[in-house]
Amino acid sequence: MKLRAPKLPFPFTAAPTPASVEPVRAKKHTGVDYETEWARTFGARITRLALLETVIGPTMRVIASPDRRGLDQLRDVERATLPDGATQPVIFAANHHSHVDTPLLLSSIPEPWRHKVFVGAAADYFFKTRLTSTASALALNAIPIERTRVSRRSADDAAELIDDGWSMLIFPEGGRSPDGWGQPFRGGAAYLAIRCNVPVVPVHLEGTGRIMRKGSKRLRRSATRISFGEPLWPDVESGEDSRRMAARIERAVAALADEASNDWYTARLRAHRGATPALSGPDAPSAWRRAWALGDRGPKRRQASMRRWPDLD
Amino acid sequence: MPRPGFVLDVDRSTPPLLFWHGEGFRLERLPADRSRVIYPPEPLDALPHPSAAIRHALLNPLGDSKPLPELLFPGMRLTIAFDDISLPLPPMQRPDVRQRVIEAVLDMAAEAGVDDVHLIAALALHRRMTEAELRHAVGDRVYDAFAPSGHLYNMDAEDTENMAYLGTTDQGEEVEIVKRAAESDLLVYVNINLVAMDGGWKSTATGLASYRSLRHHHNVRTLQHSRSLMDRHNSALHTSNWRMGKVLRDSGVKIFQIETTLNTDTFPPPFDFLMKREWEWSAKDRTVFLGSSKSLARTPNRLARQIFHSIKAPHAMTSVQAGEVDAVHDETIRNVHRQQLVEVEGQTDVLTMGLPYIGPYNVNSIMNPILVMCLGLGYFFNLYRGKPLVREGGVLIMSHPTPWEFHPVHHPSYIDFFEQVLSETTDPVRIEAEFEKGFAEDEWYRHLYRTSYAYHGVHPFYMWYWGAHALQHLGRVIIVGGEPRAVHRLGFMAASTLNDALEMASDVVGRTPTITHLHAPPLLLADVK
Repeated sequence: MKLRAPKLPFPFTAAPTPASVEPVRAKKHTGVDYETEWARTFGARITRLALLETVIGPTMRVIASPDRRGLDQLRDVERATLPDGATQPVIFAANHHSHVDTPLLLSSIPEPWRHKVFVGAAADYFFKTRLTSTASALALNAIPIERTRVSRRSADDAAELIDDGWSMLIFPEGGRSPDGWGQPFRGGAAYLAIRCNVPVVPVHLEGTGRIMRKGSKRLRRSATRISFGEPLWPDVESGEDSRRMAARIERAVAALADEASNDWYTARLRAHRGATPALSGPDAPSAWRRAWALGDRGPKRRQASMRRWPDLD
Repeated sequence: MPRPGFVLDVDRSTPPLLFWHGEGFRLERLPADRSRVIYPPEPLDALPHPSAAIRHALLNPLGDSKPLPELLFPGMRLTIAFDDISLPLPPMQRPDVRQRVIEAVLDMAAEAGVDDVHLIAALALHRRMTEAELRHAVGDRVYDAFAPSGHLYNMDAEDTENMAYLGTTDQGEEVEIVKRAAESDLLVYVNINLVAMDGGWKSTATGLASYRSLRHHHNVRTLQHSRSLMDRHNSALHTSNWRMGKVLRDSGVKIFQIETTLNTDTFPPPFDFLMKREWEWSAKDRTVFLGSSKSLARTPNRLARQIFHSIKAPHAMTSVQAGEVDAVHDETIRNVHRQQLVEVEGQTDVLTMGLPYIGPYNVNSIMNPILVMCLGLGYFFNLYRGKPLVREGGVLIMSHPTPWEFHPVHHPSYIDFFEQVLSETTDPVRIEAEFEKGFAEDEWYRHLYRTSYAYHGVHPFYMWYWGAHALQHLGRVIIVGGEPRAVHRLGFMAASTLNDALEMASDVVGRTPTITHLHAPPLLLADVK
């Protein structure tokens, strides 16, 4: 005969749910339900500032040797202060190759946005556990974004923060590139830009895939280039919707990629001809051909000129 | 709403006034009841959307020009010339206005499918720009797209094979400019009109010209009859350039002129107090002034120079206009006057001015004694319309340390001019007749101009001629705080203090002269009635 400890009755334990009633779902504290408001309190902001300037920034300088281009394109938006004297919030929309992208960009975004930016991060990845959620919120000022379905809450939270003067960093591809080529841009950044009437700054990252591509577990040092493009305002007059604006952002990032591979004027010539190479790469039937084509991208390195005898003719 | 400039009558309550003194400052009191100070207008508001304004200007040109996109076609030869390092002063914060305009022009050229594009720094006989200076002017995107392939470069006025002789004016002035610019299907000139002297036909007829062409207006006779250089319709220099412009037009050079004006937002925080009126300095301004002037006095010259030359002005664009040269320039001058004009009643016996560390020809360089003379007598003295601020036979008192110091790379011919020519005579007419040709045709100076970063051999002569009108007009020139040996070589008098200088002026203008102080920079243009 088995001895059992007597079960304490209600109210000393919880009462069982009657079988005819839908049980109440326990409140989750991770994923899209994670509350990040604490990460924007004064103490958390100071901690993040110290972390960014003393750990993340120097680490990125060592690992990624970032070459930042096009910061002059942001001067007009920087000067355009709002009626209340606040800085114009913007949405930084970048292509995505690696986990290094976020810290690299956070340490590359210039003042006055540098310390008032939040990151739209995948709820199912960065907010999976309490620990990763806390770390993401504190270090990156991340808010959870539902990427598997359209979530009203994610959009509302992001819009509220933008309306409060925070700028946003988002990767419209929705995830890191699986093969080094880009993926189609989703409409989230464009939707928020239209909803909050703020500009989107297209950003192209080159070289972060070499540091830590998707699936890799170790870091390799490599030079990177971060190109900031001209801010794109929502075209309210023509009634532009988020799908069309997302396509415009994608074209702008693709043009920056073309500029990084060639030069600005060649990129402009191709952009006006509608011949800018797509971020998503060639439509090749086999994976190896797409991988092979990756070699054509990236900045043209200057060849050291061969030493020759002078031409005496 | 920015306040206009004004003239302050000095009385006993007037505080000491800021005088620039090279890489430093002085505070000076002017005698009450017979002195006045001309304060520049405050900086005008910047255009709210500069990129949109540039695009609008290119699509809606002035005069009889067509919109830029209609002038662009595939297969054409397009040349874009732009002003060199001498503008603006100090160099402006990124993005430079030339970069904004050039990118807008190139974007339209790309849309039209133009492949053959050259970008030329319009140096005339100035020194070549370094890579860093070119990058600052046109931006990294444009530099990286055109410089590696050799399509963005400094012009070379001594490369006779690549200069085109286009004829002479009705006064016999030869016109010779860069061949690529002359033979292109379209020449787009991108200018910065910092002062009223810049722009118009002077952009192409001077900026892209050779010595053969320049000597017809950069000479003593022309500059003595340019009254002033800032007043085109009373300037012989400009009249000559406009005659040359007619030759350019008649010989078929197709020019699309783009001119921009900047506000006088000259110094960034915390040095913005240098643009304020002394009685409006806050506690912070006074602290910065005291801290910087005391520490600068103990700083080696070289370091002080580096600090000042690292200042980038927060200049902002106040207007942009494009199209046919004359129509564009008229509008540009209207905008320059809107920013800089200050009405002044009558002339004065003594004009005082503090000369800053920078002029058009010593950006990232040393202001040598010849450039001090040029800045004071050539530029600041000429900041007038109507009559000079100082009466004929009056005295000019400038404040500048005037060190006997030259930049050996940038100004090699200046060194020889100072040693060989000024030790002989300071008379511009004699200098022109006896020495100019030898320097202008010296093979070593040519070599340095073409291959190093040196101003042309003839350039110091032009600096001296620039002051010819003032030398003819003034009874005496005194430099306060100047190195006596260098000042005497210039033919001027050196004084230790402003009071000493006023004392020295008294035997020319009497014991109780009227005094006017030009409170610049920021720049202003005195409209003397």
